[in-house]
Amino acid sequence: MSTVPDQHGRFGPFGGKYVPETLMNALLELEEAYQKYKDDPEFLAEVRYLLKQYSGRPTPLYYAERLSEHLGGAKIYLKREDLNHTGAHKINNTIGQAVLAKRMGKKKVIAETGAGQHGVATATVAALMGLECKVFMGEEDTKRQQLNVFRMKLLGSEVVPVMSGTRTLKDACNETLRYWVSHVDDTYYILGSVTGPHPYPMMVRDFQRIIGLESREQILEAEGRLPDVVVAAVGGGSNAIGMFHPFVEDTDVRLLGVEAAGRGVDTEEHAATMTKGRPGVFQGSMSYVLQDEGGQVLPAHSISAGLDYPGIGPEHAYLKDSGRADYVPITDKEALDALSTLSRMEGIIPALESAHAIAQVLKIAPTMGKDEIIVVSLSGRGDKDVESIMSYLAKEEEQPS
Amino acid sequence: MNTSTSANAIDAVFAELMQRGETALIPFMTMGDPDLDTSVALIQAAEQAGAHMIELGVPYSDPLADGPVIQRASERALKNRISLLDCISVASKARERGVKLPFILFSYFNPVLQLGLDRFFALLKEHGFSGTIIPDLPMEEDAEVSALAEASGIHLIPLVAPTSESRVERIAARAKGFVYCVSSLGVTGVRSTFHDGIDAFLSTVRKASTVPICVGFGIASREHAERFAGQCDGVIVGSAIVRQVEEALPQLTSDLASEREQGVQAVRDFIAGLKPRTAN
Repeated sequence: MSTVPDQHGRFGPFGGKYVPETLMNALLELEEAYQKYKDDPEFLAEVRYLLKQYSGRPTPLYYAERLSEHLGGAKIYLKREDLNHTGAHKINNTIGQAVLAKRMGKKKVIAETGAGQHGVATATVAALMGLECKVFMGEEDTKRQQLNVFRMKLLGSEVVPVMSGTRTLKDACNETLRYWVSHVDDTYYILGSVTGPHPYPMMVRDFQRIIGLESREQILEAEGRLPDVVVAAVGGGSNAIGMFHPFVEDTDVRLLGVEAAGRGVDTEEHAATMTKGRPGVFQGSMSYVLQDEGGQVLPAHSISAGLDYPGIGPEHAYLKDSGRADYVPITDKEALDALSTLSRMEGIIPALESAHAIAQVLKIAPTMGKDEIIVVSLSGRGDKDVESIMSYLAKEEEQPS
Repeated sequence: MNTSTSANAIDAVFAELMQRGETALIPFMTMGDPDLDTSVALIQAAEQAGAHMIELGVPYSDPLADGPVIQRASERALKNRISLLDCISVASKARERGVKLPFILFSYFNPVLQLGLDRFFALLKEHGFSGTIIPDLPMEEDAEVSALAEASGIHLIPLVAPTSESRVERIAARAKGFVYCVSSLGVTGVRSTFHDGIDAFLSTVRKASTVPICVGFGIASREHAERFAGQCDGVIVGSAIVRQVEEALPQLTSDLASEREQGVQAVRDFIAGLKPRTAN
């Protein structure tokens, strides 16, 4: 299980490298550089130093006592990725890739972003390391996440609104890849999730594994044993794979991915790739995809811009098909209710993405014993979402369902 | 029936052109833009304009290798719910109207995968295709597809790019039909300059290839076509033609047959104007 991917970037039948020939050499160059540095002590020391002194790791594993008591079942621990610099887990990956980009001699970086969290995390490390940075963001998302757009600009990055297709994350990814094709000579693409062509799903996972590694150590210290369930929200799946991966061999630990059901999996407005999608090739790799009968990729919907994506990382597809992890849908409404519950019970406003994971915890904790333990990834903080929550609630009031 | 060894129409056309010292003109068009009947008429027009073979483009929701012009054409076609099956059937309809050109189907991989690889190649054969181009299927991923293509006598035409470097030899050596040389880094679409090392790149491909080599991406005029005519066996023109179709949309979608014919005529004239003049 821990030996995936193979040398072709395959997680069982998933993964691979389905890109135009124009990008192949750039990917091979990246793969070679990553293989060269991933075990290099100096490289690792630099990444570790920045994670600690710049981003503030290790992040706490916080026992949510009031919430646990309120639900009356399992003990709930929150992995506080929201306490990272820039407010989400995304920086774990951008630090790693920016250090790699520098080693490769690249002076320019590009990134795609949905909610803007990955864009901000990229703009941040670009500023830190003196790299020129362009972030591609769907025009629709630039409206939903104006604060993050401003943040990126403040950090010295250029934000390029993407007008093609759905004008959300999916097309921001397409546009970043297209731009990369034209600028492969001097530009490094900091991809933000465990999606896309090999080596990204493997490399981003490796940089995000710190979430699960710390959690594992911290829960052993706090409870003297491993958790019964580990829960994380899944869009592309980087925070979830980072959380899951160090537990994959611990077969007694149940792994639970939570995807966005939007207005419901029986409507056309959702992002429930595992529940409603099927295997296909999308944006460089084979995985589950939301698509129509003819293989056209369908637009996704979620109140959370970070989960609003019709694909999912290939390693998740592999974990699902092998039965090692389960994936369940949570609706916009359930996520909002969970956001409100966590805010009131613990004084922590989670990101809408993370609220999906919390919503699943609200469902399962009461069914579990008081001696059982749940660890959930609180992947980001909710400040960025306050405006979209306000407009969602205003709309709901206008037209009660 | 011994089809796998029977002559492929693409090979036959190149053999004939080589004897005459001519460069192949290979237009690309997005099928179903604006509708399937018009696509059939435009294919006919391309043949009348002197094209030697034609690429039938399948619209896709996420056309990674394409620039804005072909993206827009794809979006228009997808609004009409044009499927891979529709695009394949256009070939038969064009044959019924007497079109003799070899057909090459251009499709991203996912629609092909969802149709089923066996069924895809069976249909290509049934509808008279000679080749296919799958731009997001590099050689590392094409084992099954290329075996099926070979078994059904369809050429799987590979792309090589100026950045392919050491991959050029491996790609060109196993190429069927022709090698599609990408003229410059970037996506499809009209551009003012080509890659700096384009001439050296083409001569590398030429040396490594046992089949004809053609240049595409950014070829938009007779001047461009002639610039490459001496170094390759064919030029592929996509976005520039698709843009002509876009400009002619008001005519092509008119209720009046005479206006539609004017639209088709405009595209026909444009394609005819791309043909490189032969040096002899």
